[in-house]
Amino acid sequence: MAVVDTEFLEDPISEAGKGYWAGVGSRLMRDPVTMVCFAILLLLILAAILAPYLGLSDPYTGSMIKRLAPIGTEGHILGTDEQGRDMLARLIYGGRLTLFIGLTPVVFAFFIGGTLGIIAGYAGGWLNTVIMRTVDVFFAFPSVLLAIAISGALGAGVFNSLVSLTIVFIPPITRVAEAVTSGVRGLDYIDAARASGASTLTVIRVHVIGNVLSPIFVYATSLTSVCMILAAGLSFLGIGVRPPEPEWGLMLNTLRSAIYVNPWLAALPGLMIFITSLCLNMLSDGVRSAMNVRD
Amino acid sequence: MFQYFLRRVILMIPVAFGVSVICFLLVQIAPGDPLTAIMPVDATAEEQAAMRAAYGLDKPLPVQYAIWIGNLFQGDMGKSIATGRPVANEVFGAVQNSLLLAFSAAVIAFPVGIFLGFLAGYFRDTLLDRIVTAISIAGVSVPNYWLGIVLVIIFSVNLGWLPSMGAGPGGSQDWSWNWLHMRHLVLPAVTLAVVPIGIVARTVRALAGDLLTQDFVIALYAKGMSRGDVLRHVARNAAATALSVMGLQLGYLLGGSILIETVFNWPGSGFLLSNAIFQRDLPLLQGTILVLAMFFVAMNLVVDVVQAAIDPRITRG
Repeated sequence: MAVVDTEFLEDPISEAGKGYWAGVGSRLMRDPVTMVCFAILLLLILAAILAPYLGLSDPYTGSMIKRLAPIGTEGHILGTDEQGRDMLARLIYGGRLTLFIGLTPVVFAFFIGGTLGIIAGYAGGWLNTVIMRTVDVFFAFPSVLLAIAISGALGAGVFNSLVSLTIVFIPPITRVAEAVTSGVRGLDYIDAARASGASTLTVIRVHVIGNVLSPIFVYATSLTSVCMILAAGLSFLGIGVRPPEPEWGLMLNTLRSAIYVNPWLAALPGLMIFITSLCLNMLSDGVRSAMNVRD
Repeated sequence: MFQYFLRRVILMIPVAFGVSVICFLLVQIAPGDPLTAIMPVDATAEEQAAMRAAYGLDKPLPVQYAIWIGNLFQGDMGKSIATGRPVANEVFGAVQNSLLLAFSAAVIAFPVGIFLGFLAGYFRDTLLDRIVTAISIAGVSVPNYWLGIVLVIIFSVNLGWLPSMGAGPGGSQDWSWNWLHMRHLVLPAVTLAVVPIGIVARTVRALAGDLLTQDFVIALYAKGMSRGDVLRHVARNAAATALSVMGLQLGYLLGGSILIETVFNWPGSGFLLSNAIFQRDLPLLQGTILVLAMFFVAMNLVVDVVQAAIDPRITRG
């Protein structure tokens, strides 16, 4: 492999990158709706992480005499669930698993799908055919159906949910990464870099990744809200998180029998899912317009 | 046009093959023995072996696949492990109910979505546009299984206007077109319609907004064409894209109905699927997924062909 000094190539790119990201940052700061959504998400994540230090009741121990206490009860500000466990504690602790299972599959899928798509888009030929035709097959399943099929076959559990949701989100990310990469591949500066003797890896690392990463990233962020809803949906169906763990989808399921006794309490865990997914969607839209990426 | 249709059908074959392989593999990734659910605890080794042979589980995987796909072409999807009844019978009855629900949701969602999206696109950057945009973001963000529960709380528990579960009075499973049955359809169909309303409104808003600023629209106004006639031109240009989005949404409705069917105890494919999951009835799981996925593949084909029929640019490209 020819030794090529790429220092001089990277410098101007990182300089240009800094200016671009600073621009995106300042545009985001001037967008109040996006910033509010960002703040709410940050608050939910921080509360979930710091839950043991917030002085909450134990989310696992209930009391048979205090079952389904209404919202606003003394000592239980958001009431208690069907086993007399404090709702506020369970909702905050519930964020841990819900957010974890709702967000990590997209991160995994971003790396796996992004890699596959860049390989397919850059290599072309038979490798492209193999990868993209396989992806096409997965596109034949609506995402809800695919997630339920895999999780249903694998059985309940946190790890199985992560696996099935990652599989669900790899194909769409691969498809976008492939499209963006094959677009970039035909541009003159790639030919120029290759003509100057840069190895394939260097061209991909320096010239391709830098230019395809942000559109793939923006696309991946737009999937987080769907992933959240699906992850909680799997638990709601009973094929995600196992009881007695606090998790919003599972709580929504176990509280369903309470809708005739204490309806609005039963709706609380779902409200948390809704708020989170709404904020994720608005944040993703905000970032997209700040980065000026058109789809 | 016919050539295009033929090419699309041929392209569908490898996808359908892949779908069948995935459905076949679903049973293989499942942990444990598929027969544990029905095998007596005290079964001897010979009895177990006989049982495995009866279900064809003693043969190598590719052979099992070949047998499975061969039976499939004869309409035999195997027997449900839990009930012993043919999977095909169970699945087709349930899919009919799911289709009824999905089409009802589409009948609500598409006109509402198109109307809202067109309003927003036509009156861009007005208050109306913002309201519609907010509705569509909320629509695509809401976990619809939760929305279903909220609607039950409002309309069944508090107001008592509509039933909260089942497809007919007294838990009847047979559908008929009268109000006694149709009132059971209202809440699940409305719940299921919310996500596609958001997506269709979003698409139509973007399409209308883009088209209305294009040169040909200005030219049509300039030559003195009336507003209604100009809008007809715009609608024709938007139709192909809008139809393809709606066609895909119809497929998603069928998949998305699984969670909604669980909320409302609707006796459709989703209900069947969750039963199959909890009873570890893998042949039933496999058969239900296969039928739903194949339906989605066929739906994609129909969408592409209809789109090509409306927009001649597609077959030429």
